[in-house]
Amino acid sequence: MKLRAVLYRELTLAYRQKAELIQPLLFFLLVVTLFPLGVGPGPETLQKIGPGVVWVAAILSSLLGMDRLFRDEFLDGWMEQTLLSPIGLGWVALIKVLAHWVISIVPLLLISPLMALFLNLTVPMYTALVITLLVGTPLLSLVGAIAVALTVGLQRGGVLLALLLLPLFVPLLIFATSAVDAASMQLPYTPQIAIIGAMLMLALALAPFAIAYALRVSQN
Amino acid sequence: MWKWLNQYAKPEAAFNLCRRLLPWFGWLSGLCLTVGTVWGLAYAPADYQQGDSFRIIYIHVPSAILSMSGYAAMAVAALVGLVWQWRTAYMTMIAIAPVGAVVTFIALFTGAAWGKPMWGTWWVWDARLTSELILLFLYFGVIALYAAFDDKQQGGKAAGVMALVGVVNLPIIHFSVEWWNTLHQGATITKFGKPSIAPEMLWPLLINLLGMALFMAAVSVHRLQNEILRRELHRPWVMSLLHHNGEKSRAV
Repeated sequence: MKLRAVLYRELTLAYRQKAELIQPLLFFLLVVTLFPLGVGPGPETLQKIGPGVVWVAAILSSLLGMDRLFRDEFLDGWMEQTLLSPIGLGWVALIKVLAHWVISIVPLLLISPLMALFLNLTVPMYTALVITLLVGTPLLSLVGAIAVALTVGLQRGGVLLALLLLPLFVPLLIFATSAVDAASMQLPYTPQIAIIGAMLMLALALAPFAIAYALRVSQN
Repeated sequence: MWKWLNQYAKPEAAFNLCRRLLPWFGWLSGLCLTVGTVWGLAYAPADYQQGDSFRIIYIHVPSAILSMSGYAAMAVAALVGLVWQWRTAYMTMIAIAPVGAVVTFIALFTGAAWGKPMWGTWWVWDARLTSELILLFLYFGVIALYAAFDDKQQGGKAAGVMALVGVVNLPIIHFSVEWWNTLHQGATITKFGKPSIAPEMLWPLLINLLGMALFMAAVSVHRLQNEILRRELHRPWVMSLLHHNGEKSRAV
């Protein structure tokens, strides 16, 4: 019940600050647009680099939006109150991450057909891409939230966040793009999806504790 | 055992332990590194395929192995700090971090220098090279996070969480890049089974491995001493220690 109230609060806040919703999405779109301009518009080339481009852009844009995950709550004392409240901080963190995922990733999934057109992806490749995005992006949000919680008290957190997180996202990037590559050659790609799913389960089990502990450290 | 270990949660006890250990680590590592390097570079037979250029193995392999051990040591220290709330454990972690990063860099650099004559290129996106590079980035992350905090106590805790997250991720990163791309030769020394290297080449390698480990230990212990002094500057025991040293140097 209380958790549902937290979720409702998050979604309402996001709905009332639409600019922050749109900005990472536009950033994603722009990064993807830059690649054909940079490497040339050949359909073959674009198809080859397409999955990697979409995934790198997704990681970067999620980093951009993640910065705000706990910032306002930390500054206005909401976090301190939650620490004192009887609901577990891990649960609250999990709900916040879920809300963040819904707010920042679902729009990204919605405009992904456009990416398929831009980068000349075939239908099986696009299907694989959407599946990897669906399974992989919650992992981005969960692992990302740990680092966000650690850096929330710092004034100059932005670049540091990228420095901490990008190395951790390497396995996800590798498996996701290799799944799309397999799909482009008509090969089965369930193993890669299964591995991403396993990583997601691991993160789901451990990340809430890590986020809660990190928030306590930041709150001192 | 527990009681014996627990006394080093006190900075002063840890400092004195470091002071006693440092000469041992230092001299033994100097001895091992001299013997191992001279033996390896001058007396070990040349490789039948790679000629004399294989000799860089005596620096490359110990540093590559120890770059991972360094991260493991850091993670153990972070875990101890997390579970038992020892301040000295976080200090140890921070003392090890730059040492491990430098050793990782040495492994990458010697690997590039070895790759040029053997593979004809300084860098390839091979699995082990990539995971070593990412290991270096993980070290940088821990160091940068600690450096960003003004409150070093809090910074130690935060960097500890990051080190533990990294250690969970390391095997995943390792296997992911392994499946992604592999060109590197197989491991030279494995724990199980016969090593794929002649014994007269192996001995100097093992001696150098030990020497390098002791060297890392010596530098880390020295850094830990400095860290303790810096953080405990206001304590009476540090004051009296500094005062005592000052008297001695003035007498000389």
